[in-house]
Amino acid sequence: MILCISGARHQGSPVDLLVKGDKIVTMTPAGRCPAPDEAEVYDAAGLVLLPGFIDAHVHLREPGFEYKEDIASGLTAAAHGGFCAVMCMANTRPVNDTAAVTRFMLDRASGSHPSGPRLHPVAAATVGLRGEEMAPLAELKEAGCVALSNDGRPVGNAELLRRIMEYAADLDMIFIDHCEDPCLASGWIMNEGSVSGLLGLKGQPDVGEAAQAARDIMLAEYLHLPVHIAHVSAGLTLDVIAWGKARGVRVSAETCPHYLMLDENALEGYNTLAKVSPPLRSPKDREALRRAVKDGLVDILATDHAPHADHEKDGTLDEAMCGITGLDTALSLTWELVRENVLDESDLTRLWCRRPGEIFKLPWNGFAPGDPADFFLFDPEEIWIPGPETLFSKSRNTPFLGQKLHGRVKAHWIGGRRII
Amino acid sequence: MNADNRYFWPHKDLLDVTQLNGEDTLHLLDLAARFQEVNRRPVKKVPTLKGKTVVLFFVEDSTRTKTSFDVAAKRLSADTHPLSKSGSSLNKRESLKDTALTLQAMGPDVIVMRHASSGAAEYLARTLDCSIVNGGDGWHAHPTQALLDCFSLRQAWQGRFADRTLLILGDIAHSRVARSNVHLLTMLGTRVRLCAPRTLLPAGVENWPAEAYSDLNQAVRGVDAVMCLRLQLERQQAGLLPDLAEYSRRFCLTANHLKSAKPEAKVLHPGPLNRGLEIANDVADAPASLVLDQVSSGVATRMAILYLFATRRDGETL
Repeated sequence: MILCISGARHQGSPVDLLVKGDKIVTMTPAGRCPAPDEAEVYDAAGLVLLPGFIDAHVHLREPGFEYKEDIASGLTAAAHGGFCAVMCMANTRPVNDTAAVTRFMLDRASGSHPSGPRLHPVAAATVGLRGEEMAPLAELKEAGCVALSNDGRPVGNAELLRRIMEYAADLDMIFIDHCEDPCLASGWIMNEGSVSGLLGLKGQPDVGEAAQAARDIMLAEYLHLPVHIAHVSAGLTLDVIAWGKARGVRVSAETCPHYLMLDENALEGYNTLAKVSPPLRSPKDREALRRAVKDGLVDILATDHAPHADHEKDGTLDEAMCGITGLDTALSLTWELVRENVLDESDLTRLWCRRPGEIFKLPWNGFAPGDPADFFLFDPEEIWIPGPETLFSKSRNTPFLGQKLHGRVKAHWIGGRRII
Repeated sequence: MNADNRYFWPHKDLLDVTQLNGEDTLHLLDLAARFQEVNRRPVKKVPTLKGKTVVLFFVEDSTRTKTSFDVAAKRLSADTHPLSKSGSSLNKRESLKDTALTLQAMGPDVIVMRHASSGAAEYLARTLDCSIVNGGDGWHAHPTQALLDCFSLRQAWQGRFADRTLLILGDIAHSRVARSNVHLLTMLGTRVRLCAPRTLLPAGVENWPAEAYSDLNQAVRGVDAVMCLRLQLERQQAGLLPDLAEYSRRFCLTANHLKSAKPEAKVLHPGPLNRGLEIANDVADAPASLVLDQVSSGVATRMAILYLFATRRDGETL
């Protein structure tokens, strides 16, 4: 099967893309596509061509919390969000700490979305995510886990963390750390600062994140191993990561669209939709993160898609669950940054595709001959408003609810097969 | 008694003093002064709010605020319905939203709410159509306490808030009383000082319109009033303080401290008092103490508040 995407816009220029089977054949300036007569032609005039995005951090809630999301609905949201692959975290019920759970997740994904988006489970680093004993990582790797993490349940015990990193290295699995000191400001509701002081809410200082990141980086250097810092929210953490990278430590980092678009002021009025872990920080942190995604200090973007049911966000701020959905909105939100000239299209490709592919050793499409045919067409001018009718996730806990966003995915191919 | 209803009261709810301007505040305090006259009569009841319903929804324990609202409502002839956490279905894990909707379905004119979560009153106000009066939400706000404190201070200070200095002493970080008083008194032109150990000062206090001190001897110098706050014993358990004896050595207001305040300086405390911990026994009982005055001011001020909110829509035609 041969496909020619004709007249799409790619990094500012009109292009044709030739695909054969599940591989890219070539990308040429528009009008020069060497397509054979039998090729199916898709007229992509006015649409932007982007490689399939990889989201290294989502919560799909299945098994155990299907009322928030399930693997089918989460992958549908991913497909419409431009993602060809997602890495799902282990804090399900039961926790993904055995091969049985991993296999169940993969079965659900291939059942509902046989052509993708692809699901890559992340193993729990410790049994039950309790931070006490190491999970059977070899078994989990064999069942299909691509990485391991303590996400949602920070590990305070540095000795345990060290042993997990060492053991996982033998299996060629990278450790993704949710950096948060479990004692410093336990019971926090938001970032500690002027806004928390005025609202009378318990805050978490940025030190709670940065100190744990520093610990991880020092351990990674000592052990000569890589480490990945999840959802960086604070400028101080960026300083620590810059220090590590300057020393040659193999540390990589991610941040999420909400940390680039919002700050702690979003909590005013006790807005539960802006409650997230780690918390939204100050405007200064947001600016530092914007610079860091541009200059590559932060390697990748991830959504930390964290769906919750309406009733779990409807109440007082202290009782509301932490989390923001992201699969539906991430592309439009980061496209806003392109519109604002904070990022350009090649930055999006690097942050959402190339670097996550490199770090987690997943196939990614650089539009070179032989690359996987994972790509989508995006109408950057289409205006849409996140709401119950437009979101594909089961949940709608996003602070961007009701706000005008730009850009929708019009067509999406994974492995050369059209899924939207 | 006929209260003056010509002033247009623009607020549906009383969530914090930050929503009030100077004119609103002075109108409310004037009205409270007129209700205080009622409270001095032998028969302390007027029919002003006859037929109105006030729900006292106190999810966090409270004796004095709840009683104060109850007395205030009854003196205006409103019907009051107290509801506490133990008596409500919140103990049966009913959500705040459902309890609130149930209350609203009974058609109250005003719900007074006390809740341990900051922002709870704002949540209720967003959810319900009837007026919500915040009787204290978490560490955030206690507008009726700040208004009654201003009522007491207005009398003690002969109506002049400008060129006065108030010291708020104690656990500022976890105090809704402190937050609301800082806003209200600053708006009225009073300088505010805060004094507490660093562990009991709020994040971002450097941006507050107040000067922070850690030495009581310096903080008290030349002030026109000192407001002591109750120290919750759990602060020591949370590791914010070494022990209570050391706290009282550094931060208990004594007669000796007051010697460096203005000679006519007043002492306030929202109660209940920890005598000997944040306020010395003799200071609490001295003539300079406004503690009991605050209680009677509380009733008058809450009468004014209930009046304004319960009659807010009386002019509307149905």
